[in-house]
Amino acid sequence: MTAFPGFSGGDDPITGHLRDLWGPLVDQLKVNKLGTLYGLIRSAKGEGAPDVVLSAHMDTIGLMVSGIWDDFLRISRVGGVDSRVLPGQEVIIWGREKIPGIIALPPAYLLPEGASSETVELQHMVIDTGLAKSQLQEQVEIGDRVTFAGEPLALGEKLISGPGLDNRASLAALTLALEELHQLDLACNLWAAATTAEEYNQSGAQVSGFDLQPDLLVVLDVTFARGPGTADHEAYPLGEGITLGWGPSIHQDLYQHFAELAEREGIPWVMEPLPGRSGTDADTFQLTANGIPTMVISIPLRYMHTPVELVDLRDVEWAGRLLSKFTANFRAEDLPFLAEGGMSL
Amino acid sequence: MIGIGASQIDLLARLSNAAGVSGDESAVREIVLAELGSSPVKCRVDALGNLLVTQERDPEKGAPRVLVAAHLDEVGFMLTHHQGDGLFRFARVGGVDKKSILGKRVIVGREKIPGIIGCQPVHLAVGEEKTKTIPLEKLRIDVGAEATARVKVGDRAVFGTEFKQQGDILLGKAFDDRMGAATLVGLVKNPPPGIELLAAFTVQEEIGLRGAGVAARNLDPDLAVALDCTPARDFPSFDEQTENTRYNTRLGRGPAIYVADGGTISDPRLVGQLIAAAEAENLPYQIRQPGGGRTDAAAIHQQLGGIPSVSLSVPARYLHTPVSLALLSDWEAAVNLIHSGLANLQLEDIKTDR
Repeated sequence: MTAFPGFSGGDDPITGHLRDLWGPLVDQLKVNKLGTLYGLIRSAKGEGAPDVVLSAHMDTIGLMVSGIWDDFLRISRVGGVDSRVLPGQEVIIWGREKIPGIIALPPAYLLPEGASSETVELQHMVIDTGLAKSQLQEQVEIGDRVTFAGEPLALGEKLISGPGLDNRASLAALTLALEELHQLDLACNLWAAATTAEEYNQSGAQVSGFDLQPDLLVVLDVTFARGPGTADHEAYPLGEGITLGWGPSIHQDLYQHFAELAEREGIPWVMEPLPGRSGTDADTFQLTANGIPTMVISIPLRYMHTPVELVDLRDVEWAGRLLSKFTANFRAEDLPFLAEGGMSL
Repeated sequence: MIGIGASQIDLLARLSNAAGVSGDESAVREIVLAELGSSPVKCRVDALGNLLVTQERDPEKGAPRVLVAAHLDEVGFMLTHHQGDGLFRFARVGGVDKKSILGKRVIVGREKIPGIIGCQPVHLAVGEEKTKTIPLEKLRIDVGAEATARVKVGDRAVFGTEFKQQGDILLGKAFDDRMGAATLVGLVKNPPPGIELLAAFTVQEEIGLRGAGVAARNLDPDLAVALDCTPARDFPSFDEQTENTRYNTRLGRGPAIYVADGGTISDPRLVGQLIAAAEAENLPYQIRQPGGGRTDAAAIHQQLGGIPSVSLSVPARYLHTPVSLALLSDWEAAVNLIHSGLANLQLEDIKTDR
């Protein structure tokens, strides 16, 4: 999945790839007006079955061409791109054709006054394709998308590294769940949602909440894994399980339900305290329609928003299994707040 | 004109992709040795690892003994401490650009184990941290826990960059100085007439020109040329009122002839010979801006009784970063300039005191 760009705004290569993957696993596929992809597995109970959404965003952070500057391109960011990792990075410009380039930061003595030898600001960076200005003017438009180059890299059997694993790791887990579920009789209508624009403004979640008006919703995303640059209290170990979010964006009964389910199924997990916003689509989803009971499940990911994001495949599998067990075992009577509203805890 | 064909591009690709951090040049040296295997040359590896190549046939009587040097080594890293779980502290070997290390892939050790250099997520950075590069002591090479049996402290690492060609545009790591090494291989296979060619593929250039002096004393030449790769910093100026006057060299303007850098004042006769050859052959060339930076010539010219020396470089952008960018046309002009410059040497007095 990391090979397919997801720019936000619809019509993305990742959408086509997910259509191919999900097509055989669901009863219906559709893309909404903003570009979010839905796959529906209909409930065996027919009309009136609750609607459950399992959601993961499919867009990735990226760059955009903002100008042609002599023989170089100037760039701007889409989403929270980390400028510190950009110098020396190989990229692809999605121009008239795919053009390879390098992100370059001129030496400090050529930068405007005030920049030091430690400064790494996007406004000083350029993309060098080796093409001359006249060739760039023919082949590149302002607004063309720029993605990181490079295939995913396996570090042993369990670890995989590459750009865009935020949030393709979650989409992989969601796809694993669909593979488990597609031949089962479900007591809910299951909507798999691959949302757009999470990294930009969560407009995908905003619109999908009203589109689907589900009875409950689970957001799958990535969280900080422990590693260089993180303190133990702000990150979670790789390969030791998933996190279940706890905080104002999360419905407390739903949290309890998932915690008990994970225990029963032997899926390793820890609580992730999210005292304010969760930083996921859940923050937006929860507030749509009449208010939606929302849960956040996260896969630890090291080096977030760099081109060498790292996940442990065991965590991805655990996340997928928890989603499939939740959906396969779903009984509306286990979750009385669905019918009654409010929360018990 | 000598053209650069698919086999030379392939040689550059293999040299560029190979790992040869200063002090550990053997993988690169093996490629050069294999490439010269069928040529009528004598190859010898000295105690430092310099590869010294001389022609088997006897030189013409009185032909000047010309040392041409290119360095095999590249900047990179050495693993210095294992903190567990496949996370290694590391040190730079040579002047790797400190701002270009974060978020990159690396290849570790002779078993070529893949690794990554990540960093703190920017979400957790505070204030100015977001736009300042992270110091080396906070970074780790991450090979994953499973690889720890095959990776150890002391292993070298290089950026995991693959060579690419797009028409005239060449992208890859370590063009400094695999481009010089590839040029020198071509020169050894097709030696210019009228000289006795002494080729030195040197080691440890990037950590202070430590191989070239020994090579020069072993070969005892009359004159020397260092073939290298030099930065093109030909960005436009951010301030539209001014011009970038500190570009060092410019891409696409041909090979750079050195008049003076941070370590050598080139022999003016040799500078003149190269310029004359370029003019005669209608080859593009540029004079490298005098200033800092050094080549193997800085070590060579001070050996023995003094060895008149000059340097000739292919201009390339982003040396000492994960990926450099050079033009095939600049390289081709360099190949032709060194060949015709040496084939047409007019230096009656070069062997004597002036």
